[in-house]
Amino acid sequence: MKINLELFTSGVIVLFIAAFAYVSSTQNHKWVGADGQAEDLISQLTDGSYIPWFHSIYQPPSGEIESLLFALQAAVGSLIIGYFLGYYRALAKMKTSDASEEQDGELNARPSR
Amino acid sequence: MHIMEGFLPLQWCVFWFALSLPVVAYGAYKMNNIMKGNRDVLPLLAVAGAFVFVLSSLKLPSVTGSCSHPTGTGMGSIIFGPWITSVLAVIVLVYQAVFLAHGGLTTLGANTFSMGIAGPVIGYLVYKAATKVGLHLYLAVFLAATLADWATYLVTSVQLALAFPAASGGVLASFEVFAAVFAITQVPLAMVEGMVTTLMFKYIVQLRSDVLVRMNTVSQSTIKKLRETVA
Repeated sequence: MKINLELFTSGVIVLFIAAFAYVSSTQNHKWVGADGQAEDLISQLTDGSYIPWFHSIYQPPSGEIESLLFALQAAVGSLIIGYFLGYYRALAKMKTSDASEEQDGELNARPSR
Repeated sequence: MHIMEGFLPLQWCVFWFALSLPVVAYGAYKMNNIMKGNRDVLPLLAVAGAFVFVLSSLKLPSVTGSCSHPTGTGMGSIIFGPWITSVLAVIVLVYQAVFLAHGGLTTLGANTFSMGIAGPVIGYLVYKAATKVGLHLYLAVFLAATLADWATYLVTSVQLALAFPAASGGVLASFEVFAAVFAITQVPLAMVEGMVTTLMFKYIVQLRSDVLVRMNTVSQSTIKKLRETVA
């Protein structure tokens, strides 16, 4: 049996979104970050006596700037992944088309199959 | 999994730095060797690093009504091992600590230990064990990436519990409280990360299986079998 990973992954992501849609429509949550929740827990556990002894050297001045920096992080990462996978794909295509050209002149051969 | 700036007592900051520093240093040494000796592995290293960049920037909502992010370290760990992956994680953690006020410089040692060392080590061991007992390669990748993600958050819970034991019940009670926040939120996220990593790994197998064979990540016979079973 052949498994289609793309389909399967999409299925998992759809389920994930459905779970979010269900929870957010039936319950009242703030959707805060777990990291921030941990901060609150620390002050609960210590009865508020723990005071952070060091502060971030730079704080994004607004939520917009913070999401800009997060988006930049994702964009740079995606760019690198896309560039190299594309490079590899073209490389594989060149190899197979070189080989198959000698046989039947097929230029659009699927790579490495 | 980021422990925020200043939220670990000084002695624990020092402790986690002391554990993480040698690992990252050796990882940097190994990475340097690969970069010198194995030029055609470099793009794959860049992809593994970029994968950590992308996944750790995505804060996803979970069924618990809070948000958290995947780690992306599973893939680097499967291909390059935990040593090198720890360096990839440090790069991301420093970026987030300096520019985003997520995590922190004082807690960098602890965060590096959970995301860059503990998670990748678990992922690596799971991958090796799963392939050894003959699980399907992609199932092994899925398990490794999922558990690497999840282990990271468990370790963060342990780190916080150690630093802030509950007045009654001590470290264990405190661990339960932190794990309730981190570990449960993370279950669906870890599974999504596992799936996405598996898909990514499939593309790498398709395009550069020769490098994976040379890195001893996958054997030649597995690659052959894979071509017959997965579309």
